[in-house]
Amino acid sequence: MSITVADVEHVARLARLELSPTEKELFAGQMDAILGYVEKLKGLDTDGIVPTSHAVPMENSFREDSTCSSIGLEKALANAPDRAGSFFAVPKVIE
Amino acid sequence: MKYQPVIGLEVHVQLLTDTKIFCGCSTKFGAEPNSQTCPVCLGLPGALPVLNKKVVEFAIKAGLSTNCSITPRSIFARKNYFYPDLPKGYQISQFEDPICQHGWLDIAVDGEQLKRIGITRIHMEEDAGKLVHGELSGPGDGSGVDLNRACTPLLEVVSEPDLRSSDEAVAYLKQLHQIVTWLGICDGNMEEGSFRCDANVSVMPVGSEVLGTRAEIKNVNSFKFVKQAIEYEIGRQIDLIEDGGTVVQETRLFDPNSGKTRSMRSKEEAHDYRYFPDPDLVPLVISEKWIEKSRRELPELPEQRQHRFMKELELPAYDAEVLTSNRSLADYFEAGVAAGGNAKSVGNWIMGEITRALNETGTVIEECPVTPEQLAALLALIDDGTISGKIAKTVFDEMWRSGKTPHTIITEQGLVQVSDSGAIEGLIDEIMAASAGQVAEYRNGKDKMFGFFVGQVMKASKGKANPAVVNELLLSKLKG
Repeated sequence: MSITVADVEHVARLARLELSPTEKELFAGQMDAILGYVEKLKGLDTDGIVPTSHAVPMENSFREDSTCSSIGLEKALANAPDRAGSFFAVPKVIE
Repeated sequence: MKYQPVIGLEVHVQLLTDTKIFCGCSTKFGAEPNSQTCPVCLGLPGALPVLNKKVVEFAIKAGLSTNCSITPRSIFARKNYFYPDLPKGYQISQFEDPICQHGWLDIAVDGEQLKRIGITRIHMEEDAGKLVHGELSGPGDGSGVDLNRACTPLLEVVSEPDLRSSDEAVAYLKQLHQIVTWLGICDGNMEEGSFRCDANVSVMPVGSEVLGTRAEIKNVNSFKFVKQAIEYEIGRQIDLIEDGGTVVQETRLFDPNSGKTRSMRSKEEAHDYRYFPDPDLVPLVISEKWIEKSRRELPELPEQRQHRFMKELELPAYDAEVLTSNRSLADYFEAGVAAGGNAKSVGNWIMGEITRALNETGTVIEECPVTPEQLAALLALIDDGTISGKIAKTVFDEMWRSGKTPHTIITEQGLVQVSDSGAIEGLIDEIMAASAGQVAEYRNGKDKMFGFFVGQVMKASKGKANPAVVNELLLSKLKG
């Protein structure tokens, strides 16, 4: 397994990160080393072991369908970089 | 070349819970933007989602009603993508091990044989927020985000690509709509987006076994538009292939004004969702006992009820189908029968006068001013000869207006049917005396004149004469 610059560009685009050519090279090497290390685990025999989805042995945590008070409009918008009336304002999204 | 369309539907069913799927904010429609939000649905760091138990109960009911098996252990997953209406940068959904799997519905198109449509899966997920464009009071021409809808519980029902025409797609969709509204887990309002459908459409040469490339059509918010959008898309793909082009996998938007679909964005990249188990939500384990409890709580479903109406109440298939088109209508019908009404007559009156009056006044059956018991009382008065069927319609209109019982109306307005032959005979004698010409015509073989006499007698009695008695007396008197 070998991580290429193209792989780095792909995940960078998915994460909306802008990287310089030097960074792409640097990260390709680092990610390759990390994944190469994890690759070692493939050598283990995991037949019959259910994949772990959660680290804590716990199940069925529910809440009842009853209303709690919301925090309110002003608090909700307090950290917004920009607002327009009661809305969060964002750059125009065209579909 | 002939082409075979292949269609699969993904339906989003918004659940009728009071609160959101992972927090206690209200799901009420129409509140001020962003007023029904909290750290969980705003996606603030450190907030912990907790599953609404009712969502699970609704999902189990939906699964059992669509012949699915309920997954004993299911988990939630994060579906990662960026969009301004998705504050966390991921949607909590289910990927591997959805709560319901491997179901089916039998659909009927135009009285043809039933066709079984597979349901691949039903999973629970949260809705995104709402974006508004071009209607903001603030500066600039940006978009606005309202997160009241964020985290609203949805079921996504994914069908197998078993549908072969727009008519089949609509039949499947209508049946699913009927089931979720019947169960009371969704209000079914397509305009407000409570029941929305995306259609995956492809075409392949007839006889081929290789599916064509599909396009996903979004934004079809009525049964009519589903049909239109699918038909347009089938035509577009066939034309494209015939012209030597190839269909690309993409998301297309249906425009109800033009009746056409247009490309939205290329899907290849958008599809890289990098699902992984959400560590914030523990696994959901559903015991056999829980499933059985849900099964016992299920109401009699439309299809079962329709068959019972046909078998036990001897209704024709058409009547049974119409009367089970929604649960309240079926309840109304059964209450009328329980109050002593003849099933066929109660059915006829519901499909006739009541439906007419509901439509004219824009009323729903739940708010029908004439109760099923009153309707049964009215029908009893026809059956025992107190009033004629014609007068009954007048009485019905008055019941609708005033809410009075049929007995009161009949007494107050003197509408009791006259079956006394002496009184009717008197009327007939008068009319025959005044219409010597018509009597002669009739006696010379013009049988059609009979209707004229019936009409005259009914008019003279203000509609109250018993038609059977009138016919009988007229026949013998006119013979001379």
